[in-house]
Amino acid sequence: MRKYILSLCCIFCLSVFALAQHDGHNHDGHNHAKKTQATDHQGHNHDGHDHAGHNHGNHEGHDHGSHAGHNHGNHAGHDHGAHSNGEGHATNACGHGGHHEFNPGEAAFHHISDQNIYSIGPFSFPLPCFLYASGKGWDVFSSGRFDADSHGNGEKAYNQYILCEGSARRVQDASFPTGEIDLGHHAVYTKKLPTDKGKTKEYAFVCYNGKEWQADSKSTADAGMFGGGITSFYDFSITKNVLTMMLVFLFLAWVFISMAKSYKKRRGMAPTGITNFIEPIFIFIQDEVAKPFLGHKWQKYLPFLQSIFFFILGLNLFGQIPFFGGSNVTGNLSFTLVLAILAFLVTNLSGNKHYWGHTLWMPGVPPLLKILVITPVEILGLFIKPITLTLRLFANITAGHMVIAIFVGLIFVFGQSGANPGAAYGTAVGSTILTMFMMAIELLVAFIQAFVFTILTASYIGAAVEEAHH
Amino acid sequence: MNYILLADFSVIRPDFGLFFWTSVIFILFWLLMAKFAFKPIADALLERQSDIQDSLDEAKKAREDMANLKAENQELLRQAQEERVAILKEAKEAKDAIINEAKTTAKTEASKIVANAKEQINNQRMAAVVDMKNQAGKMAIDIAEKMLKSELAGEAASESFVQKLISEAKLN
Repeated sequence: MRKYILSLCCIFCLSVFALAQHDGHNHDGHNHAKKTQATDHQGHNHDGHDHAGHNHGNHEGHDHGSHAGHNHGNHAGHDHGAHSNGEGHATNACGHGGHHEFNPGEAAFHHISDQNIYSIGPFSFPLPCFLYASGKGWDVFSSGRFDADSHGNGEKAYNQYILCEGSARRVQDASFPTGEIDLGHHAVYTKKLPTDKGKTKEYAFVCYNGKEWQADSKSTADAGMFGGGITSFYDFSITKNVLTMMLVFLFLAWVFISMAKSYKKRRGMAPTGITNFIEPIFIFIQDEVAKPFLGHKWQKYLPFLQSIFFFILGLNLFGQIPFFGGSNVTGNLSFTLVLAILAFLVTNLSGNKHYWGHTLWMPGVPPLLKILVITPVEILGLFIKPITLTLRLFANITAGHMVIAIFVGLIFVFGQSGANPGAAYGTAVGSTILTMFMMAIELLVAFIQAFVFTILTASYIGAAVEEAHH
Repeated sequence: MNYILLADFSVIRPDFGLFFWTSVIFILFWLLMAKFAFKPIADALLERQSDIQDSLDEAKKAREDMANLKAENQELLRQAQEERVAILKEAKEAKDAIINEAKTTAKTEASKIVANAKEQINNQRMAAVVDMKNQAGKMAIDIAEKMLKSELAGEAASESFVQKLISEAKLN
């Protein structure tokens, strides 16, 4: 624990140091650690960009160690701090200013969202893209083709797909060239356009050959309620969240299968190693969740409950490993929705006569009341249960990730994006304390939410399989 | 604030791709773990639980057996002690009886011997008396003969007279 706190403090100090060093820079300068062009800072000249505000001389002053310090906690993988240093701003060929003002809310949203690249600090690892557009068919390629910058904006386009804030978008316009196209820096950006409802909505744009193209976001199943909807393409890529799930899957499978083997091998002997750590949790779920709710049928549903618990817990904890991408899988509605739907299916497919009798035709209530009140409420309840499961886990984990991201973002807000290093130093200290406090709470929340999801699922299944006891 | 709410808050939009992959990965996890991990682990735990219960029961039984055995031993010891006491008592009684018997036998024997001796003494005495009587008689006869020879003429008359005297003498 002490080590952990120490390393956290070190990283925060480094990040503050880096922030102060970057005073007077514009964002571009930060990317050099990652890119091959970084070899020659002095003679660097980005095509079509105005780098008047740059002071490359400063680069000699700090090593790459302080670049690594850009990764604030889990989330603030990029240095948003140096954005709005006024005079240094690049304007691309389409007349779009390179960056917005730093907005901690937006930065937080950006960091908790799923992405087509896996970025850890200044590094981003490509992931396989499986994109489908009706009429166009499948496009399978590595997201490395987008050549993402540290914002997750691709500097290349591939087969009419671009990368905006780590997420693949499609330029639907047929006149946009296919194949790999070099777009250059800052070619991909977002703009807020007013919607017909009088609000604004953010769209991705790409500038190519002096022309501005609007890109589609990927299709989502929210029916437009949350700003999504069906668009021209579907993204079935191995995204950051999918990769995280696969890693957690492999890790858990390894842990549990080796644990099962050790039970077989050491039959009748005391448990050893990792078994000692997992076994109490396993028995807790078995004896405190499965048995009380499911009675003598507990063995049938135990694998489902254990899977839910350990999968959620594993992902919750994985998302909290500092400097490891901070994947927000359990804080994604798609994920929680799948688990809730499975819980709903398991519950209602194992529902017995007694359960359906009580749900549809509650005994001991006047028929009129049943038809008008009880039955509609009960049927509504069937669906409300999985919805609450979905939202509870999603909201808790998302909130935790966002709070941490925003605490880190405060450093840039109070530091006025590098213009006021003193305030940044002060805020960094406060943010560090608050973030560590939040991380401790989130550790607790990781266990609690996994447990709550499991115990509620167990209680729903328990109600469905309960025998009549009149 | 409007634009914050409408920023790219993509986590609340159920994404088909993520939905698909989550389903695949979770269902695979569920099935694999059910078959290769959770069921075997739950079974192993149940088995171990019953093993431990059995061992405890066995230990308890062994303890009870031990207690029973101890009680039995004590009972045996007690019985043995009782027996010993009884045997000792019996032996003492036997000894006393033997001694008593010996004493009585000895007493009777002794009295018998004494009686015999007394009888013998008596007999001897009688014989001595008879002998003495005969001697005395003879002596008396001799004396008397001698006296009578001198006084009496006939021997026959003298002898009858002596015989008469002897029979009178016998009476004392």
